[in-house]
Amino acid sequence: MNSSVITFPGSNCDRDMDVALKKFGFKNKMVWHDDTELPKSDLVVLPGGFSYGDYLRCGSMASKSKIMHSVINFAKGGGKVIGICNGFQILVESGLLPGVLLRNKYLEFICKNVHVTINNKENSFFKDFDKDTVEFHIAHNEGNYFCSNEQLKEIQNNNQIALFYSDADGNIDEKNNPNGSIKNIAGIFNKEMNVLGMMPHPERMIDPALSGEDGSIFFKNLINNLK
Amino acid sequence: MKVSVIITLKKDVLDPQGKVIHQTLDGMGFNDINEVRQGKYFVIDTKENDKKVAEDKVEEMCKKLLANLVIEDFKIIGSQ
Repeated sequence: MNSSVITFPGSNCDRDMDVALKKFGFKNKMVWHDDTELPKSDLVVLPGGFSYGDYLRCGSMASKSKIMHSVINFAKGGGKVIGICNGFQILVESGLLPGVLLRNKYLEFICKNVHVTINNKENSFFKDFDKDTVEFHIAHNEGNYFCSNEQLKEIQNNNQIALFYSDADGNIDEKNNPNGSIKNIAGIFNKEMNVLGMMPHPERMIDPALSGEDGSIFFKNLINNLK
Repeated sequence: MKVSVIITLKKDVLDPQGKVIHQTLDGMGFNDINEVRQGKYFVIDTKENDKKVAEDKVEEMCKKLLANLVIEDFKIIGSQ
């Protein structure tokens, strides 16, 4: 399985993602934002970080960079794309995913482990996932998912919500909403289910010496599903 | 020609920064404020000299990059 991780100026989770993908069997290539062509890929990942210093709006500049034309074409042709954190912000700014990520409700940068509950497993990202609720890490200032009422209705009708913030038992309520996201949304798919954007970082949960192992489940499952 | 444009959050979108500014102003004694909404202001100095063409270009820039129309409105407030 070939994967590509895009590095934008200001990305800082790109190498963590490289380590994670390789650990679970992907042949990964790092791709610079100014390149125009994607290498042959079964998966493209837009990593976390602060591309372009979060100028204007998070992800807005990166969404217009040269490589994004290829990423958008890849996604429109059915290619699998994942955006984590800043990568999620880039995906909404590029129009591949609906909605937008606003400043956290309480104006704090949040950096902690959270539980998220998987809403829809009928896709290549979460099929055969043996847990419903996992522990991932979040680290963001703008993770407050927002969309219009019409868009919300549409993503609910199409079952596009990927992840909800919850507690360890899967209770999805305001108490377990770290950033004010509508309906506790932590991640969404596009309509065709080949693009996933999520605020939590599975790549930070792949080493039992440093963290939990729920990220390992994510990547193991991912490579099996893409095969 | 210089084209000025302001970008503001749509009415229904929560503006936590505006809220905190409001609270701070209130704490400073400015107690008669109903609401504070924060926005962005751009001055785009373009080589184009025709006002209509310049403003149309800036409108396109707003739609494509400067504003995110899911949450923001833009308004060209002057050209000179």
